[in-house]
Amino acid sequence: MEQLSLHRRMYDRGLRLLLRLAAALVCALLAGLIGVIFLQGLPNLTWAMLTSEPSVIRNITGILPNILNTVALVAGTLLIALPLGVGAAIYLTEYAASHRLAAVIEFAAETLTGIPSILYGLVGMLFFCQKLGWGSSIRAGILTLVIMILPTIVRTTQESLKTVPQSYREAALGLGSGKWRMIRTLVLPASVDGIVTGCILAVGRIVGESAALLYTAGSAAVLARSLGELLTTSGGSLTVALYMYSMERGKIEVGFAIASILMVLTLLIDLSAKLVGRKLRRN
Amino acid sequence: MDILSTRGLDLWYGDNQALKHIDMDIPERQVTALIGPSGCGKSTFLKTLNRMNDLVPAVRVEGLVTYRERDIYAPGTDVTWLRRQVGMVFQKPNPFPMSIYDNIAYGPRIHGVRSKARLDDIVERSLKGAAIWDEVKDRLKKSALSLSGGQQQRLCIARALAVEPDVLLMDEATSALDPISTSKIEDLITELKEHYTIIIVTHNMQQATRISDTCAFFLLGELIEFGQTTQMFSMPRDKRTEDYITGRFG
Repeated sequence: MEQLSLHRRMYDRGLRLLLRLAAALVCALLAGLIGVIFLQGLPNLTWAMLTSEPSVIRNITGILPNILNTVALVAGTLLIALPLGVGAAIYLTEYAASHRLAAVIEFAAETLTGIPSILYGLVGMLFFCQKLGWGSSIRAGILTLVIMILPTIVRTTQESLKTVPQSYREAALGLGSGKWRMIRTLVLPASVDGIVTGCILAVGRIVGESAALLYTAGSAAVLARSLGELLTTSGGSLTVALYMYSMERGKIEVGFAIASILMVLTLLIDLSAKLVGRKLRRN
Repeated sequence: MDILSTRGLDLWYGDNQALKHIDMDIPERQVTALIGPSGCGKSTFLKTLNRMNDLVPAVRVEGLVTYRERDIYAPGTDVTWLRRQVGMVFQKPNPFPMSIYDNIAYGPRIHGVRSKARLDDIVERSLKGAAIWDEVKDRLKKSALSLSGGQQQRLCIARALAVEPDVLLMDEATSALDPISTSKIEDLITELKEHYTIIIVTHNMQQATRISDTCAFFLLGELIEFGQTTQMFSMPRDKRTEDYITGRFG
């Protein structure tokens, strides 16, 4: 009896030690990564870099075009993907008569969210850049990202629609409400927190995307003179610029500077997703 | 005068037949109780009367259901119109996550009432009709979810009354409530039958005898017995009815 209890105590203590080690290792890795990036990146980050167009001749390093490209990519993608994705999710959860078909589409969407983004890049390049003859351009990048991000938006929207109690729907329909009115006045207000949180996280994915954009949006860093020019010409996002500076031009310090910007952006996006979600839930 | 009638009503959930050839005539301005053990089809029957079963996937209805001599399953029937005439109160109180006022005004707004004065009037009348006005008149702008369960259920009745229905369906509307709230709602039902036809599903035999005029006993999807409540409880015609109401099964 005594023997067994001692054995168990040792076992318990050993296991707890291992788990503690695992947790410590994860934390150390994370802290180390963030530390290295900020230590190497922040000292190299200058106001001039953030606000100027790069020039090889005048030896200027600037990432303003890349910042604007990223903004254009995020805005353009959301503008298209949001109404499309939320609309599709509403249709699938609230209207679709065939539940089997809806289940198949849901499964497909789930699978699509797990596909490596470079595959979306490849398809986007073949279709938008070559077949449609758009070349490397922000618009090709936007449409590729739309396809990439749609399944995520559909799934997260569906998940939050499904959390709305069925009893609300029954009560509204029982009062003679039409379906759209019920959705607009009850279902959407009750699920808006989840939908918004999902969209903010989608923004995070767009900001962090590189592989799909390298294929489709190109890597140029030139200030466009008009919105039309911005959309139809090649433009590298911050992530693509990070790759170009560190791998192709050997300016690793600029790479770290961009990395620290991306890190702060990601942090802000995650934080705002949490805050907005909490705030909407409270209302 | 019969307000709702069914003839040869069959209903299937997939391959499972839940209602078998139901013929019933429900009298106007009376309380009709549907009783029977769980799974006997009484709630399913109730929901065929305002087509709430449409929401269930793979449901199939055959036979005739008429409301004031109109076939409500005929193609082209306006379900919105039907549900306005035949309102429903559910087993669990299900107020919307909005203010008490907006809960009551929800139905009238659907049907096009915009004027503030008219809405105010409807809200007050409906809440009085459901015997809850005195408890909530000072906090109409407060969330309906802050009310107790019994108050929430009376709010739901008021919400159903606000669209001025002709018939009120109640699906075990008191089974989730305490005895005091239950007796308040029973008193309310007795008063409401002056103006409305009420059909209740209940598991509570005493409740059926207390408040209903007519009673229907369902078993395994069949209508076993239908008639005056007093007669059914004192002298049931069918052996199975007798066994059920004397508590031998169910």
